Order: sequence, then C-alpha cells, then structure tokens
Amino acid sequence: MSVSRFNRRDGLVVAAMLGVPLIIDAAFIWLPALASVGLSFTKWTGVGGVQLKSCDSLPSVPGIPQPGCLNGVDNYSQAFTTYPDFWPAVQHNIIWLLVFAGFATPLGMLFAVVIDRGIRGSRIYQSVLFLPVMLSLALIGIIWELIYSPNYGLINSVIGRTADDNLIDWLGDPSLNLWALLVEASWRQAGYVMILYLAGLKAVDPALREAAQIDGATGWQTFWRVIFPAMRPINIVVMVVTVIESLRAFDLVYITSGGNPLKGLELLSVAVTQNIVGETQRIGFGSTLGVILLAISLVPITIFLYQAFRREESPK
Amino acid sequence: MTDPRLSRRSALKGLAGASALFGAPALLSACGDDSEKPTANTGSATDPITFGSNYSDDATKTAFAALTSAATTSTKVPITVNTVDHNTFQNNISTYLQGTPDSLATWFAGYRLQFFAAQGLLTPIDDVWEKIGGNFNDAAKSLSKGIDGKYYLVPLYNYPWVVFYNKSVFAAKGYQVPKTWDDFIALCKKMKTDGLIPIAFAEKDGWPALGTFDIINLRVNGYDYHIKLMKHEVPWTDPGVTAVFDKWRELMPYLQNGANGRTWQDAAKALENKQAGMMFQGSNQVAANYAPANLADLDFFPYPVINPTYGQDYMDAPTDGFMLPKKGKNTAAAKAVLEYIGTAAAETKFLETDHWDVGLANGLVAPTYNEIQKKSVAEIAKCKNVSQFMDRDTVPDMATAMIKAIQTFVDSPTAETVSSIQKSAEDQAKTIFTK
Repeated sequence: MSVSRFNRRDGLVVAAMLGVPLIIDAAFIWLPALASVGLSFTKWTGVGGVQLKSCDSLPSVPGIPQPGCLNGVDNYSQAFTTYPDFWPAVQHNIIWLLVFAGFATPLGMLFAVVIDRGIRGSRIYQSVLFLPVMLSLALIGIIWELIYSPNYGLINSVIGRTADDNLIDWLGDPSLNLWALLVEASWRQAGYVMILYLAGLKAVDPALREAAQIDGATGWQTFWRVIFPAMRPINIVVMVVTVIESLRAFDLVYITSGGNPLKGLELLSVAVTQNIVGETQRIGFGSTLGVILLAISLVPITIFLYQAFRREESPK
Repeated sequence: MTDPRLSRRSALKGLAGASALFGAPALLSACGDDSEKPTANTGSATDPITFGSNYSDDATKTAFAALTSAATTSTKVPITVNTVDHNTFQNNISTYLQGTPDSLATWFAGYRLQFFAAQGLLTPIDDVWEKIGGNFNDAAKSLSKGIDGKYYLVPLYNYPWVVFYNKSVFAAKGYQVPKTWDDFIALCKKMKTDGLIPIAFAEKDGWPALGTFDIINLRVNGYDYHIKLMKHEVPWTDPGVTAVFDKWRELMPYLQNGANGRTWQDAAKALENKQAGMMFQGSNQVAANYAPANLADLDFFPYPVINPTYGQDYMDAPTDGFMLPKKGKNTAAAKAVLEYIGTAAAETKFLETDHWDVGLANGLVAPTYNEIQKKSVAEIAKCKNVSQFMDRDTVPDMATAMIKAIQTFVDSPTAETVSSIQKSAEDQAKTIFTK
C-alpha cells in the first residue's frame, strides 16, 4: 500500500497515534531528562526560579542559600572530589551488579532447571521461591531488619551473640552491611529469575530434548548445548533485568537506612534521592548525580537495543 | 504514609522547574513570589483556617487535637487539621510552602526556621508577639526570630537532652550521680565490671549521636563556639573539634557496641530492661518510649562538667512550635489562633496527654506534669543558653554530612579517623556555606 492511498481520515489517525505517544514521551521522558542535564549545571534549592546568571555574580549570606543560579561544572568536580559518598556508591553499584550476575541469577536458573524436571512437590517449591517476588522491596527490608537486628534479631538470638561484647552488627558494620543487604536482594532476585527461566524452559520444544537424548547427550550436555542456546530471547531479558535491577537498587537501602544511607550502603540512586528529596534540597547537585547515573545506565541499554534491533532486521 | 496532595505538588514543581530552565520564568513567578505586597487573603478574625500538622503519632495527635479544639473555643475560629506523616511533612516542606500551604503549620525553632524565613516563605508575626511577648523569656524569644530580627514562630514546647538512668539500679548498686567527667568515666568503669552496659547507644537513625557531639562540644568549648561552628564561622578542622572527639574517644569503650545498626528505640529498651546503666538522649524519646509502669523509676541528670569554665551552663533543648506560611489563607484568623497558642493555658491543654515535653511559657508548671517534666523545667531554667540540636542549628546538608562522619567515627574511633572526618567535613562545609 503506497502512501498516496491514505485518505484524510487515515492521515489524522496516523498523526494521532504517532503524535500522542510522542507528546507523552517528550513530556514525561525527554523533558525531565533534559531538564536534569540543565539543572546539573546550576545551584538551586527549589525555592523561586533559576536565574541564568553565574552564582559568583550574586550576593550571598553564609548559610542562607542563593536564588537558583548557574554554577558551571562545579557540581561535577564536587561529585568526583569532595562528595564522600560518590566513589563508595559507584563501587557498591558494581559489587551489586557482580553479585546479581554471578550469584543471584545463576541460582534462579538452577531453581528453574530443578523445578522443571518435575521433582516431587515442585509446585510448593515454586510458590515458596516466588513468594519474595510478590512482596514489595520495602516489606522485604522490614522483614530482614527483624532478622538482622543486633540485640533482638533472629540471627543473633539463634547464634547467641546478643550480648554487648560479642554481638554482630549486621546492618551497621560497613564491612558487613552491603553483603547482608545483598542476601536480601538475592533472595528476591533468584525467585524472579527462576520464574522467567521456567517460562522459557516450558517454551522449549520437548522434541529438542528427546533428539539430544537419542543422540546420547548427558543431562549436562543437553542443557548447555541444546536447551540454553534455544532460550536466547529469555537469556537477553534476564541479562537486561539483572543489569537494570542492579543499577536501580534503591528500596532496600532506603528502608534499611531510613533515609540517610548508613556507611557502607552508599548507592548512586540513594545519593540522588538524598540530595533532591528532603527538607532543604540541593537540586542542582542531585541532578548532577542523576546525570552521571543516566550516563552509566545508557551503556547496557544501548547494547541491548542494538542487539535487539539487529536481530529483528536480520532475515531468518 | 505518603500524602498524595504533597506528591502531586512535588510533581508539579518538578515541571515548573523544568519550564523555568527553558525560559518560562513567568510560570514560576506565580508560585515563588516573594514580593512584599500585602496578602489579599487576610480575611476576618473568625474565618475558618486549616492547620498543617506533622504530629502524626497517636499520642501527639491526640494532644494536638485537644489544643486546636481549645483554640476554637477561645477564638471562635473553626480549625481543620491536616495531619501528614512526620518525615513526609519535613521532606516536602519547601514544596509545601511554595504551593498552597495551610493557614498555619507546625515547625521547629532555630536555624531550621531562619532558613525558610530568609527565603521569604513565611509571614513575620511581630504583631502577635506584641500580645504574647510577656509570656516568654528571652531565650524563647530569640529562638522564634529570623535572621532579620522579626518573629516567625510561636513556640509550644521543648525537651531536654540529658543522661537518663533507673533510680532502682543506682540505689541497688550504690551509684552516685556523677558531677564531673572523671566521676562519669569512673562510674562507667564500675558499671562495666558490674556487668552492665554503661551507656545505651544507637546511631542507626543517624541523628541520635549528633546529640553526643553537641553536648561534649558545649561542655568543652561552650555555647558561642558551638554556634559559630554550626554557622561555619569556625572551621571543622579546628583543634576545638579535635578536642571534642578526643573526649568522646575516652567514652567510647563504655558506649553500647554496634550502635550503627541499632535504632534508638532498641537502645532505650536496653535501659528500660536494666541491661544498660545510662542513656544520653532527649526526654521526648526516652521518656516517651518507657512503659507507663516503669516511668516512675526513670530519672536523669544533666551531662557532667568537662571544662569548669562552662560548667553545666548549656544543653540541647529542641523547641517545636508553629509558623505562618506566606501563601496561607485567612491570616487574620490564623494570627488570632497563634495569640491563643502563645499562652500558658494553651500549653497546659496540650500537655494534658503529653508526659515527656515541657511548655515554654514563663513559670508554667502544668498540673499534669510528672517528676521528669518538673525536673526538665528546672534544669532547662538553670541553663544560660540552650542550643537546638545539630540538625536544627546548622544547614541540613551539613548535618547530613556530619551524620556520615560520626557514623564513621563510631565504627572506628581512632585519631586517624578523627582527622580524616574533620578534613572531609571542612571540605563539604566549604561547598555548602560558601557562595
């Protein structure tokens, strides 16, 4: 059908169907994103407007904020040098990603494969392992807080380390708390990945498995050489989910720390929130951190989109 | 609990911010107008008003309801209270004040008030203070002023930060209330050998340990130094700050371990269960957290003397009160309500169900006061000056930076940590206070 055969009404429909999503996309995604990039070069407490003047040219009283003003790249140099949370946050985001990719996701895969083999009571295991996914992360944070609490928590009570001279401070000790939280996060992530893989495994043609067995492949070989490659679409989804969940890790830390990230639990997303949400806001500086997080997130997203589109364009 | 009204405002403000950036300041001027034109919404003195409240706990909510209904009886102004969760209220305050705030709102004295007053978000209430000024002492008056010297707050209550202990424990073991630092350390040592945790301590919430910094600083360096430090007129790398941390390091072996992972409620529980001998925190927390049956056993003493020059002249006694947002409606009626609230009768009404705070009106001893409250009034009155609390006396960003620094210190209380956190605090203070 050539374009000339569209009548006026078709044209309107096309314009509406393209235009409305485009406007929504621009208003709710592009505008805020570009505004954040713009704000990242300013100093602004959120009171009054932002003046397009340099902060140096405006009068100032120590301790009382100036009206919004342009601050150049000062915010970026502050983030990289003086802001004590920045580098720990980057480091913790990377650890989070490595644990998800190296532990939580393979664990979920293992659960899926074992359950898919139809072991006895597989439905019960499936429900139990999936349960954490249905709970909100905020609730998970609270549940685990009861488990980790130093004097009254489950773990310390069971192992008898609630006394003042031998207690283990799971959530407060900066060398322990990130790992304690990663246990919570993996507890949920493994269930999530399990469900994705279970769906993938169910979709694999059973004839493939039979053919492999007839050819004399072992269980291990059948999975890695035949089933796993056949699940490529699911693998890509799981990979993207893993990366995105690690970068936007936020809720557990926020709930555990009650707003102010405890030492050892700094994450980029928490640092953004801490500066932007609050009684007095450093919106300019918070936006700077947001832009840095955006730049980091763009890398895996670009790779994913490139992969996905290349696959669609190539002939079968 | 999130108030949907507030989050919608945040979203709108976000858009407004974005449009300001794209050269549409007109949109914003409608919401950030701080010109001096008289408010059109003065109204008559008996028009209905709304009251924004962060008294979201059941106990304080009840006390506040008693206060507002007494205010309605006295002033004939119908009052609708809009209660918002404590933390949500504070986090949204600048959005709230720029949007459509209530006629009156709950707030805190000190720098936390001056910050918003200086940005033109509050109406000065000097006319209210002409009527109620006689009810308050000079300390309460200066806490209620902005940096321009005008009044912006009517205070309601405050509460002392002191060392709590159980009378029964002290009696059973023959402990004496320590007067000096040496006595205090000796008592801690004795408690430790007696199998008690000398001082219950928690820092998971971030702010409680700021109180310990404040009091040691007030004892070692005095009030003026403390306030200068809070305003960054003294650098954080100053030897005076090192001296504070040095004293704190002496105390560290006697503070409850694992504080960074413990909520203050759990620490207070350790005191109440008599596992701990003492606890330094506000009466608004410790006494409020005690079971009514155990409250009679609770007592306190002011922090021991460290530097005889300053003795026990100062303490943190945070003050809460009420402010008049510039964009609120029916100002005349709101001022009438404030005039009522600034009386001893109103404070007495509020304190009927509150057993841990004390009213600020001169000489007020409400008939419902318990021993803790009576002693609080006496001890606060003895002070030459009271500070508010680090997160009320300095820029919140600086308080946040210090929370991190002090958590680092609690985790590893060494001289190296102290010098590194002093340097980091000073670097951050420079970016927060300069320009």
